[in-house]
Amino acid sequence: MSAAAVHPGRFDWHRLALWSVLLLFAAFFLLPMYVMLTTSLKDMEQIRAGNLLSLPTAPGFAAWDKAWHHACTGIDCGGLKPFFMNSVLMVIPAVLISTLLGAINGYVLAKWRFKGSELMFALMLFGVFMPMQVVLLPMSQVLGWIGIASSIWGLVLVHIIAGLPSTTLFFRNYYVGLPDELVKAAMLDGAGFWRIFWRIILPLSTPITVVTLIWQFTNIWNDFLYGIVFSGAGSKPVTVGLNNLANTTSSVKEYNVDMAAALIAGLPTLVVYIVAGKYFVRGLTAGAVKG
Amino acid sequence: MSTSTASARLSEWMPRIVLAPSFVLAFLFIYGLMAWNGYLSLSASRLLPNYEFVGLEQYETLWESERWWVALKNLAIFGGLFLFFGMAIGLLLAILLDQKIRAEGVLRTIYLYPMALSFIVTGTAWKWILNPGLGLEKVMHEWGWTSFGFDWLVNPERAIYTIVIAGVWQSSGFVMALFLAGLRGIDDSILKAAQIDGASLPRIYWRIIIPSLRPVFFSTLMVLSHLAIKSFDLVMALTAGGPGYATDMPATFMYTMAFSRGQIGLGAASATIMLATVAAIVVPYLYSELRSRS
Repeated sequence: MSAAAVHPGRFDWHRLALWSVLLLFAAFFLLPMYVMLTTSLKDMEQIRAGNLLSLPTAPGFAAWDKAWHHACTGIDCGGLKPFFMNSVLMVIPAVLISTLLGAINGYVLAKWRFKGSELMFALMLFGVFMPMQVVLLPMSQVLGWIGIASSIWGLVLVHIIAGLPSTTLFFRNYYVGLPDELVKAAMLDGAGFWRIFWRIILPLSTPITVVTLIWQFTNIWNDFLYGIVFSGAGSKPVTVGLNNLANTTSSVKEYNVDMAAALIAGLPTLVVYIVAGKYFVRGLTAGAVKG
Repeated sequence: MSTSTASARLSEWMPRIVLAPSFVLAFLFIYGLMAWNGYLSLSASRLLPNYEFVGLEQYETLWESERWWVALKNLAIFGGLFLFFGMAIGLLLAILLDQKIRAEGVLRTIYLYPMALSFIVTGTAWKWILNPGLGLEKVMHEWGWTSFGFDWLVNPERAIYTIVIAGVWQSSGFVMALFLAGLRGIDDSILKAAQIDGASLPRIYWRIIIPSLRPVFFSTLMVLSHLAIKSFDLVMALTAGGPGYATDMPATFMYTMAFSRGQIGLGAASATIMLATVAAIVVPYLYSELRSRS
């Protein structure tokens, strides 16, 4: 869509105003990132001497080292590392399994419809939006019964089930766009349900698989609600660790350590966003506008 | 012959067999636990689940609780401002970015990166920026504005607005992305015709473009409002519901009652109210989406 008339070679007040607003907002969005980075490179001396926006006079990684190895969350002073590792152990199986199940469900819902399958899909869609508060209390009891309460496996299970509606939605909507003739032709050749899936559908699924993997990774890594409710002493994910660390009241509040810890907790999803932002945005818009 | 019919029957049922496990799991999770929570909210449960039926007693306690009303009031303030500013900034940025900006990709990446971060991460950062004394206040003092005071984070009357600031900051890039996708989908020829007719640019936007974005408006509003109702992480990271319970919201109320105050029945009742509110917004939307498609 072209709307603005561009006059090359002439100073254009409209363009100037446009750019000022855009850059002002860019500064607003970048401010917290700038503050986190600069603060994390200062020591407490520099924090007291300067202000939020001043650059570190003697930058160093001492706060990062402390956040990773020795920072205290409550009475435990082992840094963010164990929490980070819990998140890694949780996120890998949860993302892979929920994505694979979503692909299979989407395949059935798009290419092997049966009576009632559309209704089942609609009922499942509500799971994308429902407030998870309604499952917290019963789910903690269920996890206790199957003996995985307060463990990483309990969190993995919850994330898989809670992720199924979105992953199913993503794959189903993508597969609806693939021509039915593909499946029909393969059936005439004698291929069955699984052969068609592995040989024809899955090789065409790379883009949506990347979108779903990134979506699930970002959501599960960033989750705090399940993490705080369902984890135990040894299975808290990094978001819970960070929250405990930042809210631990010690005699001297070390903002540089807090900021370094926040950056550590945010780094994995931020890297994924920078490397594959296009796919992340597609997941965001797919989650909002159903097609 | 009979083996081939058996295998034909198997392949006919295969889709259902394949779908069954994850659907059973998801349905038990969504609707089974929902019903269970509903029952808990009608029970006498306190520190431990107790299935003695007490009718609507927990709901009566809930609606008599001053703290619950504070949570609802905060949700109204936060929700209203969050929706308004999120939509306004998002739409503005989308329209500006649509003016053939050379660095569009870079700007878009900057506007949207907060969505990739956890609210706990950004909440921790905002807590430091808004810190009374060492944060923004000190910057202003050093810049010469010595009377500048900013204690919103610890001021019970103002703390809720700090959550609005952080929430809008986090989500307006997302709104921008949705509107930008909508703008890119508009037919060029209508606009060309309007330009030839001599309509000015603001007029074209106000009269033609924005009205044609109506479906995007609806879905964005819906997504933002269910995010507002579910807000939990941001509150926990920024104020933890404090000072006192001045910034409590329904989600933090539910968490506090159910998991640290030993009021399971009350927590379940508040969760049910949250569910009903989200359902009232989302179900008509999903219904119309699914109907318009088939």
